[in-house]
Amino acid sequence: MSNVKTTFYDKTHTVFGHHENKFLQWIFSIDHKRIAILYGVVMFVFFAIAVMVALVMRLELFSPGQDFIGPDTYNQAFTLHGVIMIFLFIIPGIPATIGNFLLPLQLGARDVSFPRINLLSWWLYILGAVIAVTSLFIGDGFADTGWTFYAPYSIKTGTNVVMALTAAFILGFASILTGINFVATIHRLRAPGMGFFKMPLMVWALYSTSWIQILATPVIGISLIMVMLERTFGIGIFDPTKGGDPVLLEHMFWIYSHPAVYLMILPAFGIASEIVPTFCRKPIFGYHAIAISSAMIAGVGYLVWGHHMYTSGESDTIALIFSALTFFVAVPTGIKFFDWIATMYKASIDFKTPMLWAVGTFVTFIIGGLTGLIVASVGVDVYLHDTYFVVAHFHYAILGGVVFLMFAGFHYWFPKVTGKMYDDTRGKRVFYIIFVGFNMLWFPMFIAGMLGMPRRYFDYLPEFEIYHKIATIGSWIFVVGLIYMVYNLYKGVKEGEPAGPNPWNATTLEWQIPSPPQLENFGTIPYVDFMPYEYKEGEPVHHMDLSVDESKGDSSHE
Amino acid sequence: MSEAVANAEPEIIFDKDGNPHEVVDFNNDYIGAKLGFWLFLFTEIMIFGALFLVFGFYFIQHQAEFVESSHDLNRLLGGTNTFILLVSALTMGLSLVKLRNGKVNAAKRYIWITIILALVFVTIKYFEWSHEIHLGIYPGSPTLDAMENGTKLFFGMYFTMTGLHGLHILIGVGVMLWVLSLINNGKVNSKEFVVLENTALYWDLVHLVWVFLFPLFYLIY
Repeated sequence: MSNVKTTFYDKTHTVFGHHENKFLQWIFSIDHKRIAILYGVVMFVFFAIAVMVALVMRLELFSPGQDFIGPDTYNQAFTLHGVIMIFLFIIPGIPATIGNFLLPLQLGARDVSFPRINLLSWWLYILGAVIAVTSLFIGDGFADTGWTFYAPYSIKTGTNVVMALTAAFILGFASILTGINFVATIHRLRAPGMGFFKMPLMVWALYSTSWIQILATPVIGISLIMVMLERTFGIGIFDPTKGGDPVLLEHMFWIYSHPAVYLMILPAFGIASEIVPTFCRKPIFGYHAIAISSAMIAGVGYLVWGHHMYTSGESDTIALIFSALTFFVAVPTGIKFFDWIATMYKASIDFKTPMLWAVGTFVTFIIGGLTGLIVASVGVDVYLHDTYFVVAHFHYAILGGVVFLMFAGFHYWFPKVTGKMYDDTRGKRVFYIIFVGFNMLWFPMFIAGMLGMPRRYFDYLPEFEIYHKIATIGSWIFVVGLIYMVYNLYKGVKEGEPAGPNPWNATTLEWQIPSPPQLENFGTIPYVDFMPYEYKEGEPVHHMDLSVDESKGDSSHE
Repeated sequence: MSEAVANAEPEIIFDKDGNPHEVVDFNNDYIGAKLGFWLFLFTEIMIFGALFLVFGFYFIQHQAEFVESSHDLNRLLGGTNTFILLVSALTMGLSLVKLRNGKVNAAKRYIWITIILALVFVTIKYFEWSHEIHLGIYPGSPTLDAMENGTKLFFGMYFTMTGLHGLHILIGVGVMLWVLSLINNGKVNSKEFVVLENTALYWDLVHLVWVFLFPLFYLIY
């Protein structure tokens, strides 16, 4: 299989004719693999910026009193951190990078259904990012409302809220286009023979995610537009002085933004479902249960938004219903966890770096998920609302769940994308450093929150100093780990050994073709009449030999 | 999509028993194009649905003012616009039928009629808006701010929702002009008409939204 001469790094399909310039060949490429890498590069630049902003905030909180930045700057800092992390990093997140790269490969397709719209989505993402960044430097600077843009403050503040909202709206549109593209691709471009219940679980996860993107994002889009109209024309809908109801905006915001956290976590669960069977050398336990539970989470996740608003004056009846529904979401999530653990049971587990990340995430995400149930209980939440407990819960779930599994995914598919292998020992060291730093950073916040430390304050009472000190030191360890990881992966790209098509001996389709794949992925499209995870006596069953047909995939107009 | 591959032979693969299976060509997938557009229409429904939700929320709170404000709108003009959009949906559909039957010129003529009807709609809307603005009723105006909260909210919703709908009409006109150029280039023809079909779907949605907007704003009592 090493007979492939050209990969997607050498050849590509582009829009606006043929380009000689390498850079133009990238930014106008409609190949899903290149778009995935484009998204990945820009996303990680923003991730790095938001991490730095967070470091500055943690540094300010190292000791009580004002040290480096004042209260107004602090407000802008946490808004900037939230907006970048949510809208520019984690929402495009796994679907736009790993999903974009993998979806056609795992389905046995040559590309997504609408390659040009895929590229358009990236360009919209860039446009939104540019607008967000521009608003930093003009007028009163970046919005200071928090990423939630609650009225009436977002209507009154002098900062550049309209630009931040415009950016978020455009980014939402980019996300919708990705969702439409993925649903159409999954319905239309599965390889012949591949029914819905022969799809890899990553695809199932992306399918549920895409539906959330399609059905929930428009609601926040129109809500953000109404806030913009409120600020520019004063239509009165969220302005209490004109009879409007600011709490209505909270409802509309969370109708999107709660499903949005499932939009973040579901593809991450998909990654876990790919990694666990590969390194356990066993078929995944409960394939159907995992597939359906993704759809269940997406469906029920729509009906739980009110749990963000227990203290906003909703009726007790409604609060109890939202609370009960929130507890119900834990059921399909629990199903997934039990299935992964049942897969690992009595397996001879190969703790390579990706598996280590996955198992580590099971620990941190369980903490994030179970504390979610604590804040979902009405009575307890009234006490914990807007404290560091919620901050810690959120970061355990999203950083310790989504981002950790994203890192797991990067380590898992790195050889497929680059064709090289990174240093596994170093990869494990990276995991342990980040794992320790992460827990030092966030666990003290649970305690500080329970003792009453409110979120979004630039200062605190002396009795909270110890928790803030530990957290800030943890943040340094965390960042050291991140830098070490970037170094390791960079070394892997530069000096890594050639990985071969299937370094992990995995069973899904993307591992049956060369690494990196050629343009248009497959020489001959496979006929798929088998399950994605089949193992016999601890060895994977490979049904196909997709040897490369060099004449395919470079036939057209380039 | 890309012309080089559009007319190529379908790609056939064989399973273990030697049965042939056709691989869907993503560059030339009629069902896929329609499916994608339907998904887009879902997002439009969610956008307008959210606005209708807000409208309903305030209508329940301020029924008297909403009904009173509704009487200030011109039902004759609103009714005329409803009729115009109804006819335009018909002409849009007819253009698709004609194109499928290979009558390209008739199809183009019907699209032009649709564009003209759309522009008449927007013009009437313009006169309605200018009438309100002339009376000093527009969001943030001193006259409106002196009125009841319910009235402010009614007109706030009125300008937001009819404005967004009007924007959709204008986008529709732009899309129809683009489709006309595609027909002239021969890229949309009696064999490949999915672009026009999706445009017709879009136009039906725009029409449908108005069918709900009209009674909610003009006919409540």
